[in-house]
Amino acid sequence: MLEIKQLHKSYPIGDSHLHVLKGINLLVKEGEMVAIMGSSGSGKSTLLNIIGMLDHADSGDYILDGLPIKNLTEKKAAEYRNKFLGFIFQSFNLINYKNAMENVALPLYYQGMKRKERQELAMFHLEKVGLADWAHHLPKELSGGQNQRVAIARALAANPKLLLADEPTGALDMSTSYEIMEFIQQLNDEGKTILMVTHEEDIANMCKRIIRLRDGVIMEDTTIKQVRAKQHV
Amino acid sequence: MVKIFGFLFDKDTWQEVQGSLKKNTLRSILTMVGVWWGILLLIGLLGSARGIENNFNVLFEDFATNSVFVGGGKTSMPFKGYEEGRPVILRLDDVKKVEENVEGIELVVPRIMGNAVLSRKIFSGSFNTTGDFPILNEVAKPDLTLGRFINQSDIDEQKKVVVISEDVYKQLFEKDEDPIGELISVSKTNFKVIGVFKLVNFGGPQLDVHMPFTTFQQLYNRGDRIDWMMITGKPEYNINQVEADVKLLLKNLKKVNPNDNRAFFGFNLGDRFSQFTGFLKGMQFLTWFVGIATLIAGVFAIGSILLITVKERTKEIGIRRALGATPIMIKRQIIVESVTLAIIAGFIGIISGGVILMLINNAMLNSNEPWMRNPSVSIGMVFLSLLIVVILGTLIGLIPANKATSVKPIDALREE
Repeated sequence: MLEIKQLHKSYPIGDSHLHVLKGINLLVKEGEMVAIMGSSGSGKSTLLNIIGMLDHADSGDYILDGLPIKNLTEKKAAEYRNKFLGFIFQSFNLINYKNAMENVALPLYYQGMKRKERQELAMFHLEKVGLADWAHHLPKELSGGQNQRVAIARALAANPKLLLADEPTGALDMSTSYEIMEFIQQLNDEGKTILMVTHEEDIANMCKRIIRLRDGVIMEDTTIKQVRAKQHV
Repeated sequence: MVKIFGFLFDKDTWQEVQGSLKKNTLRSILTMVGVWWGILLLIGLLGSARGIENNFNVLFEDFATNSVFVGGGKTSMPFKGYEEGRPVILRLDDVKKVEENVEGIELVVPRIMGNAVLSRKIFSGSFNTTGDFPILNEVAKPDLTLGRFINQSDIDEQKKVVVISEDVYKQLFEKDEDPIGELISVSKTNFKVIGVFKLVNFGGPQLDVHMPFTTFQQLYNRGDRIDWMMITGKPEYNINQVEADVKLLLKNLKKVNPNDNRAFFGFNLGDRFSQFTGFLKGMQFLTWFVGIATLIAGVFAIGSILLITVKERTKEIGIRRALGATPIMIKRQIIVESVTLAIIAGFIGIISGGVILMLINNAMLNSNEPWMRNPSVSIGMVFLSLLIVVILGTLIGLIPANKATSVKPIDALREE
């Protein structure tokens, strides 16, 4: 599903360079649920952004589902993001003047799907996250957990190959976090490949594999026994 | 073309635009003020200029604009034994000679002027009087509001009839009194009022009372002297040339030094007319200049506010791009927002400009001395100004649109 070889990335800081990723090698198979952990500055977010095509590597290979991701134009990157990737952010990143349904439908709009179809599809996904009754509410009228569920529905809307989550529970309290994690586990059970950045051990333990980064290199890559979120709820 | 502009016919594009404009209603409205004001100014000023022009045309409608007045003055140079300072007197037979000898003349109308005390019952007043032929109608048609003008039988029979101005009427008659057929005293002789006219003045003495030329001759005992002649040129002739030719002929006849510029006075209506039309043209040019400059300023205001908006929306744009919006999609949405704001502002400007012109028109219709008539703008002007707004809106929208996509999506997403 995802193959990364000798990935390097550095940022210019004044005259010098900050080497953030120092040769990452990573193989993620379909259906995996991977937590990327590390202290701040370890490069975990940068890695996720490169995988998410929001940023590009200085060197190294990145192959997504057999497709080499290299030297993309902005247009091509936007198309790939739309087609292959679903994003879940810490701060939800919903558009505040659009209601839940419109937010979920937005990736479909950029796919060029007809209005009616995409509204139906958006409703289907909202229903899946249990928010069909809230379809016409604005983000500010929803709780944090509900907003994140809307964001998950939006990430799923375009039926992506890979879900990327950047601290999906970072802005939520514990019980809501577990609710969201339960939901993400369910998606994984259904076969979605999920990559998640987190710094919370308990959240990471709900994945199937933990990758620990330190100073831009992978320190540890372990397959774990998944803790089901349901037990905590 | 369809591929490029197809999104304009997509309901979703407009839904997106509506969404983001509605989100900030106040800001959207403030943004539009500049363009609204520009269009309002353009429509208002152009309409007013047109109104002044219309009024001017109506005023001049009754006057042959290729005409010149020539009258006798005093010589300022000695010539052929005559001393300077000699009054030059024009006579009726000079009129005939001018008619016969100067090329390009259409009509020559002799006029004679005097002064008289007019009285009726307890009212009286002093007014300028003129002795006129019916042919005056052809060069400076009096704007009759009541009755008729002098006709040939008035001339032939030396009838004691007068056509009076509204000013005279107001002074000698009670309000709403019918003056036609009433007698008034002119220099202690009774005259019958046959008509009332509205005065139009282009400078010079105010001529309030017309009477038959022959009657005037008798009343003032003037013989065949005249004071000035009104000369109209044929349309294909230059009135300035005609004026020069007439003066040259008269100088010859009256034994005046050809270089004497004071012996005859002249008032060239054609000159005056072209001066005025030149002034109107200048005003229209100024209007376009001011209007378009204001429009440009207004559109720039839209551009700069959209630029701020784009900055504020960096994160939103980042989200959209993460979700798969290509740079072109983002750009065109911002341009469409810019153009939409500009067009809405333009429409409001056109409508409010139209309302203002309507109000001016009403005020003018109710006014005694309207100086505008039917102030209006043509539909072509309206479209032209809208077109300008659309073009400027698109061009200016390019700046924030490029700004919006110049930030990398990853940096845009980090923005708080």
